[in-house]
Amino acid sequence: MSVQTQSQEDLRDLYRELILDHARSPRHFGKLDGATHSAEGINPLCGDKLKLYFSIDPDGRISDAKFEGSGCAISVASASLMTDTVIGLTYGDALDFFSAVVARLTGRPEGGEQAASKIDLGKLVAFEGVKEFPSRVKCATLAWHALNSAIQNESEPVSTE
Amino acid sequence: MTMSEQMKEVTELSTPLSGIERCRQDFPCLAQTISDHPLVYLDSAASSQQPLAVIETIAEYQSHDHANVHRGVHTLSHRATEAYEGARDTIQAFINAGSRSEVVYTSGTTESINLVAQSFCRPLLTPGDKILITHLEHHSNIVPWQLVCEQTGAELLVAPIDKAGEVDTDTLFSQLGSGVKMLAIAHVSNALGTIIPLKKVIEKAHSLDVPVLVDGAQAVPHLAVDVQELDCDFYAFSGHKMFGPTGIGILFGKEKLLDAMPPYQGGGDMILEVRFDGTTYNDLPYKFEAGTPNISGAIGLGAAVRYLQAVGMPAISAHESELLQYMSAQLGQVDGLRLIGTAADKASVQSFLLDDIHPHDLGTILDHQGVAIRTGHHCAMPVMDFYGVPGTARASLALYNNRDDVDCLVASLATAKEIFGP
Repeated sequence: MSVQTQSQEDLRDLYRELILDHARSPRHFGKLDGATHSAEGINPLCGDKLKLYFSIDPDGRISDAKFEGSGCAISVASASLMTDTVIGLTYGDALDFFSAVVARLTGRPEGGEQAASKIDLGKLVAFEGVKEFPSRVKCATLAWHALNSAIQNESEPVSTE
Repeated sequence: MTMSEQMKEVTELSTPLSGIERCRQDFPCLAQTISDHPLVYLDSAASSQQPLAVIETIAEYQSHDHANVHRGVHTLSHRATEAYEGARDTIQAFINAGSRSEVVYTSGTTESINLVAQSFCRPLLTPGDKILITHLEHHSNIVPWQLVCEQTGAELLVAPIDKAGEVDTDTLFSQLGSGVKMLAIAHVSNALGTIIPLKKVIEKAHSLDVPVLVDGAQAVPHLAVDVQELDCDFYAFSGHKMFGPTGIGILFGKEKLLDAMPPYQGGGDMILEVRFDGTTYNDLPYKFEAGTPNISGAIGLGAAVRYLQAVGMPAISAHESELLQYMSAQLGQVDGLRLIGTAADKASVQSFLLDDIHPHDLGTILDHQGVAIRTGHHCAMPVMDFYGVPGTARASLALYNNRDDVDCLVASLATAKEIFGP
């Protein structure tokens, strides 16, 4: 007899198939030659270390995005889905996504609250399971913070600590 | 199975918990469930739980005896001072320090090491001098030395380790003779569990007039430590890894060295007389205890030491040693599991990796089965770099763990394999 406990359900909700798929086979993985923007994301708790690259056209559209580095399943899947999401967006729209994702996963809107509420997160809702795992929220938001940092052109690595 | 074997098994099963196995009941925090599973606490190397004796001693002090120490003539101040200084005597006896002047309260191992780096080493170092550490040190036994090197122009040397996680003592010995002014070395590695053969290392260092600081944070809860037998010059450890509270620790230092050192911080309690044209510092150990100290922490640490003495360090070491061997053997049989840290002489700790599952994911999955382990770099990033891994999962034992804990750990790995399976 197998009883599915709440905690097992939470685990399954955290490690959804979409997340495991992107963790195993990350999209847009590698260095982006000719990137116009880049940023490093470090999560000292986990040892996640990601480098994000973006090519932003003169008209402000993100024409390509890639990442490299290593991290836990959540942070790698998040970077994979983040790059998937923002390619083709203007950087302004990408920042709205950043606000929306952070607000949704932390319950703390970091600027752009109104924009956040307008955004349809689409498949990014797969990360909602991390809300039950406070220590893992940082993993899921790391790539998004790095996106924000790259666009704002901060030179210091962004840390989720 | 023969009749006598059956009888023996029945007898063993029905035997009430004996000796050290009963200790678990002394730790209230262990008696709880996490995610509907009984808590299996295997993270004592990060911070150990506290026995009721410590919790009640602190509560008693705070309920009835609290006042500032060394300051008042009133009854409460007298009681607080007695308890605070009594704890120092207890700790002195526990590590066999030659005098109570050699037992300095600090906030923990980190502060103890910084104190020695700044007050002992910094005034002595000139450009080109060297400080020697090893590759398996915790960040708190690396960064304070990097700081003092930056301040003085001294250079940091690192003795290598091998694949098993043992320090290459031959290389260390040859490095000692190259202008080294200080050797700072762990007693037990927090990431790998390796026990350093301190006696011969210290002997060799002293033969070359190199003083030795030992980071004992991971040793004191597991091994009997005798600072006079080791003949170390400084020995640093923390209360919260030995069943005491956080925010309190000890620096043992040889009296003649502490005497010659300038104070680490200035303030109240570390002075005899303050005048604007000059201040006279207090005697040891108070010269290094500026400001109102962590009184309840010190008293709690004293209670933790009395608890350890009552259980007995030899019994604790024997129990943990047997259990660690069992844990390493059981983990080693798990398909796809790689043990990190396989030194011949180890205490408490087993680091490992499972398949290509990131340690942090493993930690989350185990937590949801009630199993608490540490995951990540364990504040020993150079060790992780050495093994070429971003981090490890680390199970660490204390006197209250038993074989059931190890069995739960091993069983919980199956869920991780299932989630991350092919």
